[in-house]
Amino acid sequence: MMWFAAFLLGLAALAFAFRFAGQVATGRAPYFRDMTFGVAYGYLLAAAALIWLVWAYVQGRSPDPLVANKFFFLRVAIEGFIFFTIAAWLFRILGRNVGTKQTKRLFRSMPLTAAFGVMIILVYIFVAVFAGVLAPYGQAEIIRGVPANIMPGGNVAMGGNPDFPLGTDQIGRDILSRLIYGAQNTVGIAFATTVIAFLLGGTLGFLAATFGGWLDQVLSRMVDVLMAIPSLIFALLLMTIASVWAPRLGIPQTYFMILIIAVIDSTRVYRLARAVGQNIVVMDYIEAAKLRGEGLGYLMFKEILPNATAPLLAEFGLRFCFVFLTIASLSFLGVGIQPPLADWGTMVRDLGGFVNFAQFAPMTATPPLLAAGAIALLAVAVNFVVDWALHRSSGLKD
Amino acid sequence: MTQEPLLKIRGIQIEGRSDETWTPIIKGVNLTLQRGQVMGLIGESGAGKSTLGLAAMGYTRDGVRISGGTVEFDGIDLLKASANVKRDLLGKRIAYVAQSAAASFNPAHRLIDQHIEGPVQHGLSGRKESAEDGVALYRKLRLPNPEEIGFRYPHQVSGGQLQRAMTAMAMSCRPDLIIFDEPTTALDVTTQIEVLSAIRDIVAQYNTAAIYITHDLAVVAQMADRIKVLLKGEEVETAETRTMLDAPTQQYTKSLWAVRSFERPTKPAVQTGAVPLVSVRNVDAAYGKEKVLHDVSFDMFAGRTMAVVGESGSGKSTTARCITGLLPPSAGQILFDGTALPADYRKRSKDQLRQVQMIYQMADTALNPRMSIGQIIARPVQFYLGLTGKAKRRRVDALLEQIELEPSEYFHRLPSELSGGQKQRIGIARALAAEPRFIICDEVTSALDQLVAEGILRLLARLQDELSLAYMFITHDLATVKAIADEVVVMKDGRVVEQGPKDEMFSPPHHAYTDLLLSSVPQMDPDWLSKLLAERGVDNIGDAAVNKM
Repeated sequence: MMWFAAFLLGLAALAFAFRFAGQVATGRAPYFRDMTFGVAYGYLLAAAALIWLVWAYVQGRSPDPLVANKFFFLRVAIEGFIFFTIAAWLFRILGRNVGTKQTKRLFRSMPLTAAFGVMIILVYIFVAVFAGVLAPYGQAEIIRGVPANIMPGGNVAMGGNPDFPLGTDQIGRDILSRLIYGAQNTVGIAFATTVIAFLLGGTLGFLAATFGGWLDQVLSRMVDVLMAIPSLIFALLLMTIASVWAPRLGIPQTYFMILIIAVIDSTRVYRLARAVGQNIVVMDYIEAAKLRGEGLGYLMFKEILPNATAPLLAEFGLRFCFVFLTIASLSFLGVGIQPPLADWGTMVRDLGGFVNFAQFAPMTATPPLLAAGAIALLAVAVNFVVDWALHRSSGLKD
Repeated sequence: MTQEPLLKIRGIQIEGRSDETWTPIIKGVNLTLQRGQVMGLIGESGAGKSTLGLAAMGYTRDGVRISGGTVEFDGIDLLKASANVKRDLLGKRIAYVAQSAAASFNPAHRLIDQHIEGPVQHGLSGRKESAEDGVALYRKLRLPNPEEIGFRYPHQVSGGQLQRAMTAMAMSCRPDLIIFDEPTTALDVTTQIEVLSAIRDIVAQYNTAAIYITHDLAVVAQMADRIKVLLKGEEVETAETRTMLDAPTQQYTKSLWAVRSFERPTKPAVQTGAVPLVSVRNVDAAYGKEKVLHDVSFDMFAGRTMAVVGESGSGKSTTARCITGLLPPSAGQILFDGTALPADYRKRSKDQLRQVQMIYQMADTALNPRMSIGQIIARPVQFYLGLTGKAKRRRVDALLEQIELEPSEYFHRLPSELSGGQKQRIGIARALAAEPRFIICDEVTSALDQLVAEGILRLLARLQDELSLAYMFITHDLATVKAIADEVVVMKDGRVVEQGPKDEMFSPPHHAYTDLLLSSVPQMDPDWLSKLLAERGVDNIGDAAVNKM
């Protein structure tokens, strides 16, 4: 603790020196002259963090496995960051030169974060659609004569197998194949759920905003009641009921899950759509349309909806991530997507125990982190794209 | 003059960022201001008046940068000065009064607390002394209850009072220079006079220099010693106020001066016994329990314009809402061509709705920003007349030609890609598309520059002659009334105070309130304000005159 305080103090002194040196070197250029101490300190702090990162990375590449293993995941993160940055950059260059005039123009104004997001989403879609072709084995296939728990990495000396680059799970299924199929199941179901939530919540929200009065009151109070119950617990409760009904009715439990999460999430969409709609309804062009004698449908979908797309789109991205995480959590808790279907949430649960090995044998801990990473990567990608779309459609300029 | 000028701007160039490139806003303007002098800056919107005004403080808005030239205030180069030096100058020696006081005051603090912030922050005086000084300034600016008004919150005082409180706040440090950015544009004529005279007195009393930005020539004529005309970021000409008014040298300035001369020929009186197209009969209306209209009656005839004038809150727009059926009247009737219209617009037939169209004040909110111009105009064409495909397109093109916009160029554009005047034209086209017989124009020109507004008025006049339309023209600007009206209704507090043909209304004798409204319209004569104040008795302006009635 003392060392840390001394370090911060030393940094403060260095920041002072840095600002002074800058002033002298540039002959009191306005940038250095008007620089506050906080800014100078921030520069030094950032420099210190950067130096530590470089040091940690060098440690991670150390030939001594005892040292290298400690920094293994940091190394992977740094390499991943650099890899994705370069990939996104190349992808943007590709987009700027290939395609129609419109897509080219789109890519020209695209920030790197959005290019990264679009790229990741495209890759996920590709993987989800062609899962059957890409995956070397079936998602539920227990491969004959192959032991369970093969180490990832494909290094025979370390207990791996080159035929199973990511190893096998606790009952001998190929993890790579299950990850690929997981894209189809988890992403596809999450997308369907979000779309239903938006159709439901958006329509009712606009209806409440346009119509107002008692309809608004009834709908809003109903939504309040639904929102008052913690959503995950509510979903768990309903899923437990559904698990009894589903076999009786002969409907797959997954359909129930889609509907339940969609209804729960539509309450949040309803709130947003209603609030946004109310702001639009007071505009003169809505009054003009009303006085023209337009019907409710025209008002809602032709006049209000196009003006509400920006906030709804942002919400769609966020909501998609939430739904996606809810499904993963439900699967993790055992009531979501049912085995043997591959699903990332289930994979994290099933393989989660291996995370304990992260400190000593990082490779062993990789399988659950891969599934978790797949979830995280998509969540980040979707949010980058939505941020960018929002920036564009709301006309915000720097 | 041997004295060193207070403010010296030389060859200033300012650029704004749009779509990743920097485009010039101000292209090398010079400005010299002596101590105690008032400089008027006029021009259309987009001429760069406000940008130049802010640059005089060494400040630019976000996305705008000063790319060349110098701004020298009392020997200090503001563009090279450090943030600390500027912090010491702004508020203390240079102050700013914004157009909308309501948007510029912090709604969470009392007026006096915001007033004393400047002097206390700059260490000029303690809280108590500056609060006392604030009361003194409030008194000088003739605010009612100067001792108590400071303890109110911004929403508790009227717009004109707030604007004066803001001027008092700007004066709190006794600055050498104040920049007024359209301080009276949002006010009624009667309130405007109070603010104008208050500003003029206090500026003269403390020998403060000022830059007065406005697009209203008559106002600037009252306030400024010198006038500078700006056009698209360049100076057109600068001269002493009287010289400028009497003999402008540049063509553009002359065209600005000529705007107020537009006036339609007087139409013959309506034949007795003619059936009015729209007749408002003894209408009462209320928002909830509060009654806002009391027994309003007037008739409007085809091919004629009825101007409805009054201050804000007088019930002009409410009357329009009763006619359109948005606010069903609590008593009385609206007759259209002799038959009563259902009170609620939802109960009116499609054809009844078609006959009554409306043009709004704010074209920005009246046009759906996500629809193209073509879609906006095509909708009523399809909805009412059932035209589709090529016939619809032909009709829309014809309408666009009618409002003097090239169809092929504008059909696919979005409202955001049009100027204010063009947007207002689209609003007119949308109303015309329904082929109505009666159009309500709600303050259609008040958000526009004078040159553009005149274009709109001429267009409306031409359309009326061609299509024999009846207009109900809601406005608070009497110059507009003079230009376009055939009959006038004066409203106050939800009642009709006076009505009759225009010529009668503009010649005495008037009702006292009409008289007040008429005499409050600024004239181009630079002595007008002084004369008027002398006539009314210096302290007896605005409020007092209203109270007298």
